[in-house]
Amino acid sequence: MRLAYFALGLSLSLTPAAGFEPEDHLWIEGSGDEVLRILSTADLDVFTPYLMAFHAENPSLDLDYTVVSSTDLYSEIHAGGVYDVVISSAMDLQFQLANDGLARRHRSPITQNLPDWAQWREVIFAFTTEPAVVLISTEHFDGLEIPQTRQELITILRDNPERFTGAIGTYDVRDSGLGYLFATQEDRATDAYWRLSEVMGRLQPALYCCSGPMIEDVMSGKLALAYNVLGSYAAERLADQSEGRVQILRMTDFSNVILRTALIPNTAPNPTEAGAFIDALLTIALRNGAEDWPLPPLNAATVPATGSGFGPIRLGPALMVYLDPLNRRNFLAEWENAILQQ
Amino acid sequence: MTDAQHTTGSIGRRLTLYLAIVAALLSLLSWGIVTGFARQATEKTQDNVLAAAATAIAETLRSEQGEVWLELPYSAFSMLGAISEDRVFYRITANGALLTGYEDLPVSSDPSIRAGEVGFTTNAYRGEALRMATVSRRILAGNRPVQVIVTVGQTREGIATIARGLSRQAGFLSIAFFLIAVVLSFFAARASLRPLNEIAKAVSRRGPSDLRPLRRSAPRELAPLVAALNRFMDRLGQSIRRSEDFIVEAAHRVRTPLATVRVHADLALRNAQTEAERDRLRQMIRAIDESSRSAGQLLDHATVAFRADDLLKDQISLKELAERTVTSMVPTASMKDIEIDLEAEALCVEGDAVLLDNALRNILDNAIKYSSEDTTILMRVTAQNSEAHITIIDQGAGLGDDPAEMLTQRFKRGKNAENIVGSGLGLTIAADVLSAHGGRLELRNKAEGSGVCASLILPLA
Repeated sequence: MRLAYFALGLSLSLTPAAGFEPEDHLWIEGSGDEVLRILSTADLDVFTPYLMAFHAENPSLDLDYTVVSSTDLYSEIHAGGVYDVVISSAMDLQFQLANDGLARRHRSPITQNLPDWAQWREVIFAFTTEPAVVLISTEHFDGLEIPQTRQELITILRDNPERFTGAIGTYDVRDSGLGYLFATQEDRATDAYWRLSEVMGRLQPALYCCSGPMIEDVMSGKLALAYNVLGSYAAERLADQSEGRVQILRMTDFSNVILRTALIPNTAPNPTEAGAFIDALLTIALRNGAEDWPLPPLNAATVPATGSGFGPIRLGPALMVYLDPLNRRNFLAEWENAILQQ
Repeated sequence: MTDAQHTTGSIGRRLTLYLAIVAALLSLLSWGIVTGFARQATEKTQDNVLAAAATAIAETLRSEQGEVWLELPYSAFSMLGAISEDRVFYRITANGALLTGYEDLPVSSDPSIRAGEVGFTTNAYRGEALRMATVSRRILAGNRPVQVIVTVGQTREGIATIARGLSRQAGFLSIAFFLIAVVLSFFAARASLRPLNEIAKAVSRRGPSDLRPLRRSAPRELAPLVAALNRFMDRLGQSIRRSEDFIVEAAHRVRTPLATVRVHADLALRNAQTEAERDRLRQMIRAIDESSRSAGQLLDHATVAFRADDLLKDQISLKELAERTVTSMVPTASMKDIEIDLEAEALCVEGDAVLLDNALRNILDNAIKYSSEDTTILMRVTAQNSEAHITIIDQGAGLGDDPAEMLTQRFKRGKNAENIVGSGLGLTIAADVLSAHGGRLELRNKAEGSGVCASLILPLA
């Protein structure tokens, strides 16, 4: 009986050898001896369905799924950590790993079907397109016009400091790889970013490591506005469940769209199984909309009804520019000036 | 012109093959050149972009509070990403100390790189060939000069893939060009050989005795062949004419003394005393007659051959011609009590009266010779299907079993003609005359009773 040796456990015990703090961990027992070790930034509530789907197709494999922050993930792989699949929404860090030759090639009929922009050198594969959105608590915005652009948002924040002081949340770009990517790309795309940061800085913003707590705080009404939240379907579902208390906004002047990417590190003990796992992700990514998964498909960025109208951030060496220590130092200095205002 | 002639392959096929080989070589060559160009062009493009990226980075260098400061420009890296999916590495040093980038980048510390110039090197790095562009810039930090070296490197894999793609396209094009060239070569070879085939056809279309020079314009390469052919035919014609002249001359020289001998033999016969003597003399006269007749026919034959080469085109009334010939033959016929019964329609043909008379006389002469005494020879001149038929029917022994075609060959005589004076040239002469006039001679045995039915058939004028 399959269920006899099928066990699903949520383990909170830490992996001892790792030099980082796992945020979460999931072990799916398979029938065989092989273990597929996955290091990822995706939360369990988002990613468990994917793991279960893969497990149903490959019941013999043990799945060892560890959730970490994107910067921890990067340093772990850079230091030679042994994993089969690495999944992250911080495209720049993922790209750096690939560029530095820490990932191996994978080619299959499914990877050949990917659009050019969704892969690089058959090393990095994108399997979602997710926009950066603004989450607002409608109670806090009562009587105010809902902003559509950064300029309108700046005006509203500036005109209502009493409402918004201490009620703004955004990423701490010093800790969050994804937050840093959003910030740097926005810096590049619109000059309104710095003015907005200045205005938010005056309102003593709360800084977060990840999207999840930010969404929770908006749901609970602690935050009036969370800026640059990853607009996955999970966030949308939460907004739907909130009976109108939480609303998701997409800025019409500019909106970042990131690609969640997967790669196989050079150290992978089971590259074939890792390839199969990536193929499974890509098959889901290339679906035609009917199936319901927690993360948006690849074509979401190009479908007008759900997309933001802006193309996803390009996978390419330009992603490495803001990772350069000098550039990062400059950028963080400016950001601290704007947000912390000490 | 026999089909069984020994051949050594086809010029057309050989020409096609040679042209195809040339096309294949050219296709291969052009493919190689395009491939080389594609590689050079993509590498050159990469070099240019690398140089632009390195220069763009160097231009952001500035000194701030006595320190070298720089900000990597986004565009420098995005343009590297635009040309291919190749890995990018960089290193920036100030006075030899790493400012930022990959410290282990194998930059050759070439001091010859001067400010403003871009140096290119290719080195292995992390298991791949790396193309690097290096620029150097000297800036003042505080009051000391600092030598800053900016190196940007990119792997060549994506570039090579682009070049390979171009090369493959060039390969397909080359194959297409080659195939087109082969088809065109085939048609070119055929077109080039057409004049040769036309000359061959013109020569083989000719009649057996047509030795006129070939008056057809030929390509320069075939002119020697045509000239040689014409010279050959000219020599052949001269040689034939010489031998005919010789025959005419010989016949003349034989005939004249024979006439004298014949007169004396006649006299001797009249004065002969014994029957045995007379018998010998009669045999002698008979031999003389035969020789004389042969000589005469040789002369006739030569005349026919000569005049047929350049045929007259006079309007001839066949009725008058037949009447004249019959009149001239009546004495010979009456010696055997043979009556010639002529019925002629008034028909007109085009040709040489002398030759036609000669042909008619020969047939009539044959009819008289092979007829028994006291018989009638019927001669009819009629029109049938726009042809004139002169039909001569005798009451002799007939043709025997020999085929009619054989009898018209030179010096061939039927088996039943052994006792009769003749040379075997008469039917040949008649047949030659008729064919020179575009007509023919038909010989057959009569359907009822014995005898020959000879038809001289001529096209009506």
